[in-house]
Amino acid sequence: MPPESVPGLVAIERLVVRRGDREVLHGVTFAVERGAFLAIVGPNGAGKTTLLMALLGLVRPDAGSISLAGHPIQQYSRRDVARLLSYVPQSDGRAVSFSVEEFVLLGRYTHRGRFAPPDRDDRRIVRDAMDLTGTRAFAERAVSSLSAGERQKVFIAAALAQQADVLLLDEPTAFLDPRHQLDTAALLRDLNRTHGLTVLMVTHDFNLAAHCGLDVLALREGRVAYHGQAETFLTSRVLEDVYGVPFEVLQRSAGGAWAALGGNP
Amino acid sequence: MTRRAPPPQTLIAGMSLLLLAAIAGALLIDLPRDGRHEILWRIRVPRVCLGLLAGATLAASGMAFQAMFRNALATPYTLGVSSGASLGAALYMRAAFRVEAFGLDGVSLAALAGAVLSTALVYGLTRLGRAFSTATLLLAGVATSFSFTSLILLTQYTSDVTTAFRVGRWLMGGLEVVGFEPVWQVLPFAVVGLVAVSILGRELDLLVVGEDLAATRGVPVEHVKRLLFFAVSIMVGGVTAVCGPIGFVGLIVPHIGRLLVGGHHRFLAPFSVLGGAAFLVTCDTIARVAIAPVEIPVGSITALVGGPFFLTLLLWGRASRGLEAS
Repeated sequence: MPPESVPGLVAIERLVVRRGDREVLHGVTFAVERGAFLAIVGPNGAGKTTLLMALLGLVRPDAGSISLAGHPIQQYSRRDVARLLSYVPQSDGRAVSFSVEEFVLLGRYTHRGRFAPPDRDDRRIVRDAMDLTGTRAFAERAVSSLSAGERQKVFIAAALAQQADVLLLDEPTAFLDPRHQLDTAALLRDLNRTHGLTVLMVTHDFNLAAHCGLDVLALREGRVAYHGQAETFLTSRVLEDVYGVPFEVLQRSAGGAWAALGGNP
Repeated sequence: MTRRAPPPQTLIAGMSLLLLAAIAGALLIDLPRDGRHEILWRIRVPRVCLGLLAGATLAASGMAFQAMFRNALATPYTLGVSSGASLGAALYMRAAFRVEAFGLDGVSLAALAGAVLSTALVYGLTRLGRAFSTATLLLAGVATSFSFTSLILLTQYTSDVTTAFRVGRWLMGGLEVVGFEPVWQVLPFAVVGLVAVSILGRELDLLVVGEDLAATRGVPVEHVKRLLFFAVSIMVGGVTAVCGPIGFVGLIVPHIGRLLVGGHHRFLAPFSVLGGAAFLVTCDTIARVAIAPVEIPVGSITALVGGPFFLTLLLWGRASRGLEAS
């Protein structure tokens, strides 16, 4: 493999992806450093999920390049990608009949031998992942029997058990009540700060992103419309530019934006 | 009060005992006094061996396809391998010429050729798409299966009464064999398929959860799906060529397994293999003795016995689960 030439743990350059006849991403460029926590936002159909799928190697780029840890993604096998990136899909799992512990253990796929039963390390890592996400209390229950908030945490635990460098999440707070949204955000921030995990999440909740002090990458019609701090993203000018509707930005008394509301003021 | 289900290992051990009982029953029930040795070794033992192989492979195939398609209604025959085999057999019975090669009789040869043809056709059609997509595979398989089935009906319709009856009888499946020859013929197909399916247990676990998630966990999904497709086609093709299409085993046994030992293929695979073998051998014994001396085609017994048994288990499972919740 060539030496690391492209900076960043994840680097995307002039990425073009077509799905069917439609070009979804027209030349997206950005890089993510190790230890970053990035929220990918934008209106419906802007290409957020496609970007995530391309990053995971589930959708083949039509032009441009994606590199992970300095090497083009094409040089990696599925197994290698899984050691770098782990993925939490949009809340699902209603049909998963495995118990929580068994499901989290499936995250150990790349680390386990074909015929070996899970060893002590696997068990420990699974236990740690469940402890971190607060899911160990229902380790024996079927994933399908959990609430949406609990399932979300189980999916995060399963991704953690994979021990990859980057955690990718697709709308982790959709379908959750405010308390579970904050819980999830706090968990992700903790994973990022204390455990050094690089986190990329697609979300519609830019207020939450701002609340957590994240970096924001905004997509609009398949192009990068904004890449920077959430603080400066939460201004009516930038928001209107990205979403195409007027915004009213509420200021916190201590300074800094608190919440932005769409609609005619 | 929670009622804990027995651990999977215990259930698998229990199923092994049931299998031994099924084998003993199949060998000894209704064994005549005269020519006992001859009947046992020329007829009973080969027949039981064939039943074991067919039951085990059909159940394992059904299990693999149900996981791969994430569909509880998938069977070993979903992708048309058996329709291909049946068409081959039907055309041969209809045809005027007779062949024999590799110790296989003409019907089995033609059935095998049909199975290979349908497998190649389904694979080719699926490859026309950009990726080896499950949806395309399913569509190609089901379409092939339906077309071949109507061709079988057409073949039957244009045959004379005797041939039509022979075709109809063949389509019901059967394990009536004399000597070990058919067992040796099925064995390699069964071994190749069973080995492939059983080493892919962890991949099957992940495919059940979803293809995208499996891929991001590190499973080379397309590669695995292709392997499973060929493994099942080989098993089902080989078994169908000799035994005809025996229905229901591949649908029901994995379901019973999932109810009893859960969805982990580490347990589900051995349970299905043992359970499929025990189930088919038992059904075959029933088919043989129910209205003796006339034998009922085993394919009609599998559904007759398996259906009510499965429903009972399902309702009983619901009831006990309700008990758990309270």
